[in-house]
Amino acid sequence: MAAPILSTPSHSRDGGPILEVRNLRVEFPTRRGVLTALDDVSFDIAPGEVLGVVGESGAGKSMTGAAIIGLLEPPGRIAGGQILLNGRRIDNLPYEQMRRIRGKEIGAIFQDPLTTLNPLYTVGRQLTETMQTHLDISDREARQRAIGWLEMVGIPAAAQRVDSYPHEFSGGMRQRVVIALALCAEPKLIVADEPTTALDVSIQAQIIALLKRLAREKGTAMMLVTHDMGVIAETADRVAVMYAGCIAEIGPVREVVKAPKHPYSEGLMASIPPLDRKVDHLAGIEGAMPRLSAIPKGCAFNTRCPHVFDRCRHERPELLETGTTLATCWLYDPASEKQVPELLKDD
Amino acid sequence: MTDRRPHPRAAGAPMLAAEDLAKHFDVSRPLLQRVLAGEARRTLKAVDGVSFDIPKGTTLSLVGESGCGKSTVARLVVGLYRPSRGRVLFDGMDLETARSDAAQRRRMQMIFQDPYASLNPRWRVRDIIAEPVRAFGLVEGGAAQRERVAELLMQVGLSPLDGEKYPHEFSGGQRQRISIARALSSNPEFLVCDEPTSALDVSVQAQILNLMKDLQARLGLTYLFISHNLAVVRQVSDRIGVMYLGRLVELAPAETLFIAPRHPYTRALMEAIPDLEMTGRQRIPVGGEVPSPINPPSGCPFHPRCPLANARCKAEMPALLPPRGQPDTIVACHAVEEERDGVVPGTTVPPLPAAATGV
Ligand SMILES: Nc1ncnc2c1ncn2[C@@H]1O[C@H](COP(=O)(O)OP(=O)(O)OP(=O)(O)O)[C@@H](O)[C@H]1O
Ligand SMILES: Nc1ncnc2c1ncn2[C@@H]1O[C@H](COP(=O)(O)OP(=O)(O)O)[C@@H](O)[C@H]1O
Ligand code: SF4
Ligand code: SF4
Ligand SMILES: [Mg+2]
Ligand SMILES: [Mg+2]
Repeated sequence: MAAPILSTPSHSRDGGPILEVRNLRVEFPTRRGVLTALDDVSFDIAPGEVLGVVGESGAGKSMTGAAIIGLLEPPGRIAGGQILLNGRRIDNLPYEQMRRIRGKEIGAIFQDPLTTLNPLYTVGRQLTETMQTHLDISDREARQRAIGWLEMVGIPAAAQRVDSYPHEFSGGMRQRVVIALALCAEPKLIVADEPTTALDVSIQAQIIALLKRLAREKGTAMMLVTHDMGVIAETADRVAVMYAGCIAEIGPVREVVKAPKHPYSEGLMASIPPLDRKVDHLAGIEGAMPRLSAIPKGCAFNTRCPHVFDRCRHERPELLETGTTLATCWLYDPASEKQVPELLKDD
Repeated sequence: MTDRRPHPRAAGAPMLAAEDLAKHFDVSRPLLQRVLAGEARRTLKAVDGVSFDIPKGTTLSLVGESGCGKSTVARLVVGLYRPSRGRVLFDGMDLETARSDAAQRRRMQMIFQDPYASLNPRWRVRDIIAEPVRAFGLVEGGAAQRERVAELLMQVGLSPLDGEKYPHEFSGGQRQRISIARALSSNPEFLVCDEPTSALDVSVQAQILNLMKDLQARLGLTYLFISHNLAVVRQVSDRIGVMYLGRLVELAPAETLFIAPRHPYTRALMEAIPDLEMTGRQRIPVGGEVPSPINPPSGCPFHPRCPLANARCKAEMPALLPPRGQPDTIVACHAVEEERDGVVPGTTVPPLPAAATGV
């Protein structure tokens, strides 16, 4: 089933991956028919590993995260596939059971810290309540740990700030409190959706360093959704590139960022303005991602792909070995009539 | 406060000159509450003494952390705010005079950050684009107007048929193209672009940046460009101004700023950028929190976060001066002026020592 690059053997321990997503399919029934928002999405995340998920707006990144934490917005529903946490299926659990797993085993970090924090309670109270819901610890112990967590996320003078209300913190500090909240019940898996997009580069660097350290030290598995490729390059071990509800490419971060094999990943990386020089013209991708109701037959990228050939317009590509990554692209099927273009080959 | 000379003036008559611009907001609580609590009035100095020139056909960019006053400068420059102090000269004319004359007004336009909020959802795209054409009476007759709209749509890479549609039928990048077509419809010479690509994906951002550069080359446009993304700024700018807490702390030719940033804040911003090339360069966060513009620190406003701060920095506000050997640059920093920032002109800039304040 899982090809080697899907599961990074170097990271898996005896127990295997913490998260396994298998052929996930999410649908939205609408008046004009059923829309497929996620189609055949598969990946694993090992303990201590950070999987970056990138792609254009609307590609399905948040949807994948929402499906994993059991918070798909109705009428969206999982229509196929499985999600396993520590080998146990969680995609078909009743709401109450999933709610308990969400606090204890999966921590979620969303983009806007204000929607996650309760403005009426001190940050200390929010932390202790979360911990005591999931861990069997005394009030004293919970308060000590709350201060410890605030220190851990880099809040200065944590013992004094623990009794502050969210509005007394700056934006960057609030986002760090949200992260402490997601971590304090010591989840095995963290799903972070654009955790630093709203922050300035200076604060972003602090938060990224913290998440990375936690994954390393506590062995937490992390799914990091962002469209900031710089954040991915420094934080992720592997990257999944999504396009129109599918995984276009998945592999080790260095390979995907510096030597992408899928034509879409290649276009995405080439669009990033370089910091170290000025260029006359930024390479990019012509056109726009199709709407869910208008995804072309065959390869979803075929309307924008510079390498498109006949087969792409009829047959849907499978996830294929490229040598360094896996890509859903017919160029990598030896049976295809077209060869891999020079541009996409290893240097 | 006085305009701090010397300012290196770029060659050629400036399209726009800002002279000691300031915008102060009254953020006091209501009078009664204030009196009861015995509080004084509170003033937020969003912009406080900013001067620059933009030569015709060039791009000046402003960068800095959120809340540093970039958008406020943009609004002052197009006349959406009246300055609390200082003035703006548009092609040598006082902005207030220029704004009262339709013939001058049509020469300047603004493109906003959010391509969703800035287009009227109930109007067809052709009417959105034609509105300035009509308002300024630029083209006579329905047929000629339709032709002009078609031309503008093609100029930004859309189809004339798109004019019949409504904004919601377009993607974010296409909507930003519509905003640009609308801004271009009055044949402006000067465009203020406030974070024009921040809401867009990188692939769409590349399309819009290419379009803006192409239009500048073809139509000789002058831009004031605002962004917090330094890589984006490097692609479009001739000169770059770095803002901190309502002031310019460094203003330099674009390439000079990237090769030899001088102000400790500029250097810290550069060091905080994620390393996409994965060279293993350590990213060093700017220590400390952004201070409040209501209660700015004494002396140099960057001193609580600056690894080079000393007693003079806490007491005395540094003036914008050209460092030795860099006549095209101005920097407001005592350490640079005293040449104790460790930079020898003409050499590569060593990293800053770790910030004194830590995280
Ligand atoms: N309630 C819904 N009904 C129908 N389609 C939906 C619904 N919610 C989301 N979608 C569609 O599902 C797709 C994936 O959405 P999702 O929000 O996961 O994208 P994303 O990659 O997270 O984008 P962004 O970067 O903008 O957050 C999009 O095409 C979106 O339009
Ligand atoms: N209308 C207003 N009333 C009060 N404060 C304002 C107003 N507009 C801006 N400010 C404040 O001025 C400062 C600079 O704002 P702005 O120029 O929007 O920053 P940015 O660099 O993010 O664009 C901020 O502290 C902001 O809160
Ligand atoms: S399958 Fe064909 S259209 Fe799709 S990415 Fe590969 S070459 Fe391009
Ligand atoms: S003036 Fe002093 S505190 Fe301000 S930037 Fe220069 S060295 Fe740092
Ligand atoms: Mg999203
Ligand atoms: Mg702004």
